[in-house]
Amino acid sequence: MSRQVHFTEDLSALPDHAFSYRSLTWWGVIGFMVIEGTGFGLAIAAYFVLMSHELHWAPPPLDPPGLVAGTLFTLVMLLSEIPNTMIKRAANESDLPAVRRLMIVMVGIGAVLLVIRGLEFNSLHVLWYSNAYGSIIWALLLLHTTHVGTDWVDTVVLAALMHTEHGETPRRFVDTDENALYWRFVWLCWIPIYLLIYWVPRMFR
Amino acid sequence: MSRPPKRPAAEKPQIVRDGPDLTGPELADRLDATWARPRGLIGWLATVDHKEIGIRYIVTALAFLALGGLMALHMRLQLMFPDSQWLGAGAFNETFTMHGTTMMFLFAVPVMQGVQIYLAPIMVGTRAMAFPRLTAFSYYMYLFGGLFLWTAHFLHFGPDNGWFSYVPLAGPQYGIGKRADVWAQTVTFTEIAGLAVAVTLVVTILKQRAPGMTLARMPIFVWATLVTSLMVIFSMPSVALVSGMLLSDRLVGTQFFNPVEHGDPLLWQHLFWFFGHPEVYIIFLPATGFVSEIVSTFSRRAIFGYPVVVLSLVSTGILAFGLWVHHMFATGLPRVGYSFYTAASMAVSIPTGLQIFCWIATIWEGRPRLQVPMLYVIGFIITFVIGGLSGVIIAAVPLDLQLHDTYFIVAHFHYVLIGGAVFPLLGAITYWYPKFTGRMMSERLGRIGFWTIFLGFQLAFFPMHFAGLMGMPRRVYTYPAGMGLELPNMLSSIGSAVVAVAVLMFVVNMLASLRAGVAAGPDPWDAPSLEWAVASPPPHYNFAHIPAVESRTPLWDAKDGLPVVHGLRVDERELILTSVISAAPDLREPSAVPSIWPFISAVAVAVTFICSVFSPWALAFGAVPAAAALIAWFWPKTPGANPEPQIT
Repeated sequence: MSRQVHFTEDLSALPDHAFSYRSLTWWGVIGFMVIEGTGFGLAIAAYFVLMSHELHWAPPPLDPPGLVAGTLFTLVMLLSEIPNTMIKRAANESDLPAVRRLMIVMVGIGAVLLVIRGLEFNSLHVLWYSNAYGSIIWALLLLHTTHVGTDWVDTVVLAALMHTEHGETPRRFVDTDENALYWRFVWLCWIPIYLLIYWVPRMFR
Repeated sequence: MSRPPKRPAAEKPQIVRDGPDLTGPELADRLDATWARPRGLIGWLATVDHKEIGIRYIVTALAFLALGGLMALHMRLQLMFPDSQWLGAGAFNETFTMHGTTMMFLFAVPVMQGVQIYLAPIMVGTRAMAFPRLTAFSYYMYLFGGLFLWTAHFLHFGPDNGWFSYVPLAGPQYGIGKRADVWAQTVTFTEIAGLAVAVTLVVTILKQRAPGMTLARMPIFVWATLVTSLMVIFSMPSVALVSGMLLSDRLVGTQFFNPVEHGDPLLWQHLFWFFGHPEVYIIFLPATGFVSEIVSTFSRRAIFGYPVVVLSLVSTGILAFGLWVHHMFATGLPRVGYSFYTAASMAVSIPTGLQIFCWIATIWEGRPRLQVPMLYVIGFIITFVIGGLSGVIIAAVPLDLQLHDTYFIVAHFHYVLIGGAVFPLLGAITYWYPKFTGRMMSERLGRIGFWTIFLGFQLAFFPMHFAGLMGMPRRVYTYPAGMGLELPNMLSSIGSAVVAVAVLMFVVNMLASLRAGVAAGPDPWDAPSLEWAVASPPPHYNFAHIPAVESRTPLWDAKDGLPVVHGLRVDERELILTSVISAAPDLREPSAVPSIWPFISAVAVAVTFICSVFSPWALAFGAVPAAAALIAWFWPKTPGANPEPQIT
């Protein structure tokens, strides 16, 4: 310091990690959620702009996407919140064995979801280059697949990390907590997209 | 647990912290050892020091400014005489596209973010950015994006569809070759960089402010940085999305913008301008932050109407998202759309007007010193008011329809962008140059440079109003003789040469002052904010002891010693996190050490992006090395269950 200083408070007793909004990375995660949420919001806006040019949606003679794979995906995704909440709780209680166990469950669920997602692409009844309707349906599904895929890789890496000695570090529990928070965002984003891909083309056919 | 955790305490039996018992040169030596980066090329590439990254951003952006400026000179040479065939239509298209793309994406936003990266952490009194490796990664993404664009230009496949790359001209039907793909992918690079920086800045400002620096005590420049970064977060996803849609239309045959298959070319314009209009304020608001800081220091009083200035920044940031359609008046809109966007476009001038009145009041109430940074502020106020007023009048639809795509618009937005952002930037560089380098820039050369650029600018751009009113359209490579356009074009071309000379003088001043400038000392301007409490240039760790802030002008109010807190680790990189609103101390937070992985990750992502211009499969294959590099980046390098050594 180039100036004279006078000492006030001693902060050495402050803790070195905390959960939720006290954590620095929590704010980073929120920042990226806002970015991705804005991206989804604008893609949804584009969906409605393109829809406004059609008299029927899905435009004839196209059938709306088949419901089975998408609905199955939605159910599995919503149910995944049960282990996800359990992980969040275990992380907050620094319960390492539970975190290790449940992370493997979440990795498994993510893998199942990606397989179902493959079936979803196969049941859209339109190709991305057929018309603008097909393009935006594929775009929404692809954007969300990127979301699920990147979070799945993230979860795999974190699961591996938690099984090493790094998992014993208190800050890694904060990471686990925030990974679970992000998963909530992933499935929350999916609900409007599910409605737009599978139900709106039925309602305005 | 299978095995007991390692105990680093065995190797480091004592925690070392700053405080009354550890201060002065010994503390500085120890902090230096902890915060310095490794030497050599790897260390240079691995740096996470926000000051080093900020300077790299600024220098790189200035290099792109020079390239974009050369493009401008090409255009002015071509337009100097009527019926000129020197450049030709195709080359002219490429030239104005490269000029606009470079200035908006590679100069204006990155240079502002560079200054913010350098200054914001020091102004809020912390030792490092939040997520410093992400900041490093962002720089490399930005650099690679810029190099990609310019390499393509030199290899004759640079973009030529304008900086906004409208479809269908840029779409697969008309935009043949790879030019439009290069544009779209350059945008992706810069958006990733811009978004990453925005998040790191927001988190740094919200969570790392020095204890006591409540939101109501933040320097105005930090407020401007916060608002701008939030605007980046909400606007840049739009252009990232729409440039992705353009690429997919071009590469894999989607039909987003193809009307034959019920796509919509205007969808491009909506999504582009939803980003593009806030972009103008993303460039302008940091400049108003510079102006507030400079006006306050050189008037020797706190800014007049602090809450008004802050609320003006926030309301400009919000209103900026309600204006984008005024770029599309000529496309045909519902009547209510015209009315709403006209009203919104006029309304946005109100908060900016309030800021200008606050600056004038600060100067009026203070004891102003007319040194070079202050000259730039005055040049800014005059020029920006002219540009602002021409903006308000073209918010009226009938006039806009008349002047749309004429040189009147070119004059207007150069008045607001050069007058509103570049003048304050040159003032800011002069103002903070001693902090960056430890030396003052030459006052004499600075004054000559100011008057040269101020008068040269007016000569270059004021006649464009008349050329536009006479009907000269933008983006045409020549004009016929005998229409009265010769004089305004000749004056503009001469003016642009004068501006180029002035910019050159500024660069010479910067370079010469690096060696020959007067030594600055920590606080050469007697300024009030925290960056002037540390040495010039600041040490790696910024602050040996973290300041405790008790007012908006901490240095002016700390005559008998700056209050500081203590107790941070000295043997490890450590910061203080504080609460978001009241900045109460909350946590001690470790800060990342240098790492080469952000650089490697950026290389992997850049190769992927560049290859994807030629084949969409590159995204699938490139994802693997990119993911591997990112995993290596995030994987903790320090083993041990409890990195905090315990007192034993």
